[in-house]
Amino acid sequence: MAPLPGRGLAKGLAVTLRTMTRRSVTAQYPDVQPELPPRSRGVIGLLEENCTVCMLCARECPDWCIYIDSHKETLPAADPGARARTRNVLDRFAIDFSLCMYCGICIEVCPFDALFWSPEFEYAETDIHELTHERDRLREWMWTVPAPPALDPAAEEPKEVAAARKTADKQAAAAAAAREAAAAPAAVSPSPDSAEEQQDS
Amino acid sequence: MTLLDALLRCVAVLAVFLVFPLVIGQTEHKVMAHMQGRLGPMYAGGFHGWAQLVADGVKFAQKEDVVPAEADRRVFQLAPAVALLPYLVVLIAIPVGPHGLVGQAVDAGLFFVLAVMGVGVLGSLMAGWASANKFSLLGGIRTAAQLMSYELPMLLAAASVAMAAGTLSLSGIVDAFHWWWVPWQVVGGFVFFTAGLAELQRPPFDMPVADSEIIFGAYTEYTGLRFALFLLSEYAGILVLCALTTVLFLGGWHGPFSDGLGWLWTLLKTFALAFVVIWLRVTYPRLREDQLMRFAWTVLIPLSLAQLALTGVVKVVIS
Repeated sequence: MAPLPGRGLAKGLAVTLRTMTRRSVTAQYPDVQPELPPRSRGVIGLLEENCTVCMLCARECPDWCIYIDSHKETLPAADPGARARTRNVLDRFAIDFSLCMYCGICIEVCPFDALFWSPEFEYAETDIHELTHERDRLREWMWTVPAPPALDPAAEEPKEVAAARKTADKQAAAAAAAREAAAAPAAVSPSPDSAEEQQDS
Repeated sequence: MTLLDALLRCVAVLAVFLVFPLVIGQTEHKVMAHMQGRLGPMYAGGFHGWAQLVADGVKFAQKEDVVPAEADRRVFQLAPAVALLPYLVVLIAIPVGPHGLVGQAVDAGLFFVLAVMGVGVLGSLMAGWASANKFSLLGGIRTAAQLMSYELPMLLAAASVAMAAGTLSLSGIVDAFHWWWVPWQVVGGFVFFTAGLAELQRPPFDMPVADSEIIFGAYTEYTGLRFALFLLSEYAGILVLCALTTVLFLGGWHGPFSDGLGWLWTLLKTFALAFVVIWLRVTYPRLREDQLMRFAWTVLIPLSLAQLALTGVVKVVIS
């Protein structure tokens, strides 16, 4: 059957009318905060306690927006015969967010877990120079970093947990073996030694 | 009719003229937004942006009133008034309810109303000519061409109703209305409404103000309050067109409890039609200039002539 003339016109009217009866998709942003997806890339937070001034982030940054200054401090030798140790002290850590392209390479590359993604995004400024944020501001953003998302139920155990558990299992097995070894002679002839051992374990 | 009575009627018509177009404009804001999956104005006035058009009015009033150096000053400044005032005059003659609920009953009301409505387009033509701007001139000429094409089917459709009722008085036409007039005059109603849309330059017939090609047609050079008056005249035009279609083709105040609530029926039908005007604007893209002309001459005029013939035949058969 040939389509009726004007069918398209009626269809158009139906579409607009149907859209009107549905909820609009507008997000009323300043009044209602958006629901951000997990792992949103809002801003980069710095956990400066973890930073060792290795400069990897600044060197890997594709647009050179990370500024790091530091100096070395000499720690006095612990023993009279030992050598004095030096340690890096962070003087300045700044990220110029007018240059940053949010690639996240600095975060990936940081070997000491000092940089993190925060979902915070409301840091617009009226002057482009004010977009260079110093380390106190970056440290403040650390408080907004969410806990890492939970693993899948069937996921492989994290390496740290696996290693820690392996050690714990080993220790438990050793303790149990020691206890058994102590308990076996105790059943035959109780002695003051075994009581001491039990207290130790 | 005493002086006080006349004064009261004039004030009432003026109030309707100032308030209803704004209501239609606000409805357009919201309906268009929701039809496009948006929310529309939400801030002005607090509750769902009800005062958006008031805020717009304040903004327009604050703007500088610029007249181009090369413009024909007097004509340029007069044009908005010429565009707006005819609709106010038309509103006086439109009956709202039974028992003389009308600004001023005119014997040849239909004739009067259509003649005065035609003057409104003169405002756009004056604006286009006086602006000394090629886009304005193009817009003005397109307006004139559109008026020439669409006035004819509009008049023929209106004539069909007048023929059916046997009177030119608007109140008389509504008085003579029976429910079966709706199917009888449906083609005429379609032609009248569509041609009216084209005369108001409403989308999809907004070729004269096609902003993507001639900026804003005849209104390109206007700013501030004069521009606002042109916009207001568009919405007043919607009100007048919808009220006229209601009166001529939908039986005006006829409906349940029409003795006490007749005016409510008229308003209800008018606003339902205004909603349709907005709905059409949201749904359809703009017609091209040649499509626009072809639609008038090859579709609307034959349809209105057929309606006229049908009305005549039925009229002879039943009398």
